Amino acid sequence: MSAILLAGFGGQGILFAGKQLVLAGMKIGKEISWLPSYGPEMRGGTCNCSVNIDDEPIGSPLVTAPDILIAMNKPSLLKFEGKVVKDGVIIIDSSLVDVKTSRDDVNAYYIPATQLANDAGISKLANVIVLGYLIKKTGLYDADYFMECIKASAPKAKPELGELNAKALQIGYDYE
Amino acid sequence: MGEKLLMKGNEAIAEAAIRSGCKLFFGYPITPQTELAEYMAKQMPKRGGLSLQAESEVAAINMVLGAASTGARVITSSSSPGISLKSEGISYIIGSDLPCVIVNVQRGGPGLGGIQPAQSDYNQATKALGHGDGHAIVLAPNSVQEIATLVGEAFDLADIYRMPCMILADGALGQMMEPVDFEAKPAREIPEKDWACCGHGGKRVHNIVNSLYIEPEKLEEIVNERFERYRKLEENEVKYEEYLTEDADIILVSYGITARIAKTAVRNARKMGIKAGLFRPITLYPFPKKQLMALAEKTNCFLSVEMNMGQMVNDVKLAIECKKPVYHYGRTGGMIPSPEEILQKIQEYSGGNA
Repeated sequence: MSAILLAGFGGQGILFAGKQLVLAGMKIGKEISWLPSYGPEMRGGTCNCSVNIDDEPIGSPLVTAPDILIAMNKPSLLKFEGKVVKDGVIIIDSSLVDVKTSRDDVNAYYIPATQLANDAGISKLANVIVLGYLIKKTGLYDADYFMECIKASAPKAKPELGELNAKALQIGYDYE
Repeated sequence: MGEKLLMKGNEAIAEAAIRSGCKLFFGYPITPQTELAEYMAKQMPKRGGLSLQAESEVAAINMVLGAASTGARVITSSSSPGISLKSEGISYIIGSDLPCVIVNVQRGGPGLGGIQPAQSDYNQATKALGHGDGHAIVLAPNSVQEIATLVGEAFDLADIYRMPCMILADGALGQMMEPVDFEAKPAREIPEKDWACCGHGGKRVHNIVNSLYIEPEKLEEIVNERFERYRKLEENEVKYEEYLTEDADIILVSYGITARIAKTAVRNARKMGIKAGLFRPITLYPFPKKQLMALAEKTNCFLSVEMNMGQMVNDVKLAIECKKPVYHYGRTGGMIPSPEEILQKIQEYSGGNA
């Protein structure tokens, strides 16, 4: 059972990252749900996404007490860190968040995902870098299996995007 | 079992409609329903149908009236404020005995309200979709998978009973993605549409579709005949789900997405030793009155959980003729209740024991 909350700015690929997590779950027969916080704007503003991956049918699709929080910006960390369950996981993009979490009863992991993405020339893929780091730290999915899922996520017309996502996932997985 | 697809509720409504033989979509964009119109615009032309963005909701519903008059399967969709705009047309469709499917992906109101999920159009949907003595069938799916079967059922019911059928969803159900398997639902026998206004090469007397009857005697007769069909609906087509109601001391009554949150709360209550159960109406009109009355004999009280200030709660009271206390818990304006909040109410109303 994993209730995951992904949060950040609109345009960071929060919804895409959440979708990859549920797609991977669906393919191995898990019960899953994906619920975006939808707003009137396409870019900017805040954005979050509730993801449930479970063996039992999903009740509420809204994640109010996440096992895992992915905070891609500071407002998201401040808004949601208090809701994470005890002994839960918080993953933070430390290139955009200049503080540490105030929680001392959770496992917090910091990765400068946006910086790593920029350095690798894949500036839009900090979201996938974070997913790689998530897989490593939590073992949510088998690393090789999730790599295959990420490669398959690209539209057929643009297979090169699959390779870029794979590169980003590897960077996240290899961090530290 | 077919292949499982990952889809938004809005997209699943559109796909299920196309698979049910619907060839015509008339709509106007509004959050949180727009993916439905977008899907139709993309898919209909490729699959031998037509998707048209009208100049307004009023125009769209009147196009539905025209298309339905020919016997074609037709659908329109909107969200709360847009449904209010359609209400005149819906009344005309009811008055003309035309089948069609109308989707309301509810958002917070009144007025322009907000764009987050709500269930505050329950009264409108079940009591007064338009003026006059009349109803539409109202179905309330609670998952993307259930959408896939209920949309086909909506078209069948509309055709069989010659009346509009509303799919009453909400912003959360419309926006969320879940796996969906478009397994073919068992086909129902659809009566021939010998009332339809379509070309016949002068072989018969022409049909007229109309909702104007100047003679009160005639109009009363027609309304009475329609209510006979409502009675048959109530006798034959009521749908609901029961969960742990058999021995329940407190029964939650909830529909749509809220019923799932209520189910989680019921499960947690059971873990604490509280005998809670859930009754989920799937048809909101006709409302499962008999089934609730039967439960009223066994349980201590009911708790209606809705995303509104208390609408369905009144139908529960009527259904059980106030034999047992009926409480209400709701959030409104686009707020979604949490399982914890609902559990707290269960504890409160079940006597605070355990």
